Amino acid sequence: MQMSLQVLATLAWRNLWRNYRRTLIMLAAIILGVWAMIFMTALMRGMVDGVVSDGIKYLPGHAQIHHPSFRDDPSVEHAIKNLSPELLAALKQPGITGWSARVKVPGMIASERDSRGIMLLGVDPAQELTVTFSADDIVEGRFLESSADTGVVVGRKMLEHLETKLGRRIVLMSQTPDNDVGDRGFRIVGVYRAGQSSQEEMYVYAGREVVQKMIGIGPAVTELSVIGNDYRNLSPWLEQLQTAAGGNLDVAGWRELDNYLSLALTMQDSIGLVMTLLIFVVLSFGLVNIMAMAVFERVREIGLMQALGMQPRAILVQVLIEGLYLLVLGLCIGNGLAWLSLQPLAAGIDLSIIAEGADMYGLGTTLYPSLKPVDMIQSTVLVIFLGLLASLLPAWRAARLDPIRALNEH
Amino acid sequence: MASVSCKDLRKTFSQGETTVIGLDGVSLDIEKGSFMCLSGPSGSGKTTLLNAIGGLDTPDSGEISIGGERIDQLAKSDLADMRLHNIGFVFQAYNLIPVLTARENVEFVMQLQGQSVEQRRELSTSILEEVGLQGMEDRLPTQLSGGQQQRVAVARAIVSEPQLVLADEPTANLDSKTSTQLMDLFWQLNERRGITFVIATHDARVMSYCRRIIRMVDGQIIADENQAGGPGNAD
Repeated sequence: MQMSLQVLATLAWRNLWRNYRRTLIMLAAIILGVWAMIFMTALMRGMVDGVVSDGIKYLPGHAQIHHPSFRDDPSVEHAIKNLSPELLAALKQPGITGWSARVKVPGMIASERDSRGIMLLGVDPAQELTVTFSADDIVEGRFLESSADTGVVVGRKMLEHLETKLGRRIVLMSQTPDNDVGDRGFRIVGVYRAGQSSQEEMYVYAGREVVQKMIGIGPAVTELSVIGNDYRNLSPWLEQLQTAAGGNLDVAGWRELDNYLSLALTMQDSIGLVMTLLIFVVLSFGLVNIMAMAVFERVREIGLMQALGMQPRAILVQVLIEGLYLLVLGLCIGNGLAWLSLQPLAAGIDLSIIAEGADMYGLGTTLYPSLKPVDMIQSTVLVIFLGLLASLLPAWRAARLDPIRALNEH
Repeated sequence: MASVSCKDLRKTFSQGETTVIGLDGVSLDIEKGSFMCLSGPSGSGKTTLLNAIGGLDTPDSGEISIGGERIDQLAKSDLADMRLHNIGFVFQAYNLIPVLTARENVEFVMQLQGQSVEQRRELSTSILEEVGLQGMEDRLPTQLSGGQQQRVAVARAIVSEPQLVLADEPTANLDSKTSTQLMDLFWQLNERRGITFVIATHDARVMSYCRRIIRMVDGQIIADENQAGGPGNAD
C-alpha cells in the first residue's frame, strides 16, 4: 500500500479539482462550519470563564477549609480555633498563589434609613488582596488597611440600598457564640464593585480582629479561602492540603462548594461538544453528497483502475484521501479565520448595553472570548474522524464496483 | 506449455426474464508469443471470452489458467494482483485516466507495482518513444488525438512487460490510417518483445494482421484458422 500512497494522493488531489466549483462550495461550507464552531466555543468558554472566575473570586476562592460542621451549620460555634503548622506549610506549596483566613458570618447592616441582611467578612486585608480584591475593585475610598482597621467596605449596590455614602457610619450586627447579638458602629471607608451586583449586595468587608472582638470569638476564624494558578486544575495541591488538614478540618474545592458554577463548567464543555456534533452533522450531509457524486461521475475510471490491477482497498483509500483533503483544507482555513476574527475581540466585548440581563446569568459587563488550543484540537480531531466516517460509505461503494459493469457505464 | 488455457468455459447473463448465452463450452489454448484475434458478430461472445481470460469476469463453469496458474477461482483482490503483474489491457474507448498526463498514465501501473521513480521514468520515456509519443509526455489525455490516446493506452499495457495483452476492439474508434499505425505497432511489439496479443475485433483489416483467427458465434468457437498475418497480409 505504501508504494501506491503517492499515486493515490496525487489522484485524489487532482480529482478534487476536476469539479472545482463543487469543491469550493463544499470547502466554503466546511470553513464556515469550522469557523462557527471555534468562534462560538471561544465566546462560550469566555462567558463561562467569566461567570466561574467572578463567582470564585468573590466567594469561595478555588478551595476552602472549614470546621467539619461549618458547611452544614455556618455559625461561629463551628470556627477553626487554630491552624496547624502542617497546614500552614502546605499552604506555601507551588500552585497556591494566595490564601486568606476569614471570619465569615451572617449578619445585618443598618444605616439611618435602611437595614439589610448580609454576609460579614472579617478579613486581614494583606491576605485578602492575594485572594479576592485588587486595587481596581475599589471605586470610592480605600480598602481596609489592617485587620484592626475599624472601617468597613461595602458594595456599590449596598450603598444604594442603604441610601448612605462614603464616610457615613453604619452598624453591623451578628450573633455571638453565646447566642447574644454582637454589634458595633463602623465608618464606610471604601466602596467596591464586583462582576455581579448580587455580590455587591451580599458581602461587607471589615477588619478581622475587629469582627472577632465584636462577636467574641478570640483569634478563631471560620474559613480559609485558597487561590491556585488554574481553577480548572486543583488536583496538584488540593490533595496535599487535605492530607495536611487531616480529619480535623474539611478541605473542599470550588466544584464541591458551588454546584452551580461546577455545573456551568461541565455544561460549557458538553454544549461545545454538542455544538461541534450538530454543525458537523449538517456538514456531513454535504460531504457525503459530494463524495457520492465524485464517485458516481468516475465509475468508468474506477472500473479501469480495477482492471489495471488496483486493489479495491486502494480505491477506498483514494476516495477517503479526497475527503481528507477537503476536511484538512477546511479545518486549516476555518481555524485560521476563527483565530483571526477573535483577535479584534481580545480586549473584550462590551456587554454594558445588556448589563441587567447579563447580570441575571452571573455575567460581568465585559465578555472576553477565550480560545484554547485544546478546543481547536478537539474539534479538528472530531471533524476529521466524523468526516472520514461520512466519506466511508461512498468510498466503500467505489471499492465494491464490479470492473466490467463500471467499464461499461456511460 | 500454453500461455493461456481455457477448458469448457460457460457463462450466461440474465437480461430481464431472458437468459443470454455468453460462452457455451469454449476450450482454447493460446501459445506464448501468439498474435491472434477473436472475431465474430456482436453478441458472439468474444468480449466475454476476453474478459474471462483477463480475470475481469468469472465464468459460471470451466477452467482458465494463465502461465499454468488457475485464475477462475481467485478472490477479487487476487485477481487484481494477477492482472497487475500478468496482463495489459487496451480498450476500445482508450480509457486513460483524465487527470494524469501521458507519462503518468503509463507509469500508473508501475506505481501500483511499486517500481522506483528512476525505473518508472526510464521505462516510460523509452516506451513512449517506442510508440511515437516523444515530446508529448506531459500532455493530458484531452490534449491528445484519439490515435495518440490509444498509443498511450498501448504503452501503458506493455510497459511492465506483461505475459499477455488483451485488446478489445482497439481500432473501433480510430480512422483507417490510425488503425493501421496501431496494428503495425502491435505487430512490432509482438515481433520484438514476444508479447502475446489477443485482440477481439470484427474489423477485417485487424484480422488480416493476426496469425491465428478464432471465429465465434453464439458463444461457441466455430473456426480456428491460421494464416501468415502481419502488415504485408493487410495490403
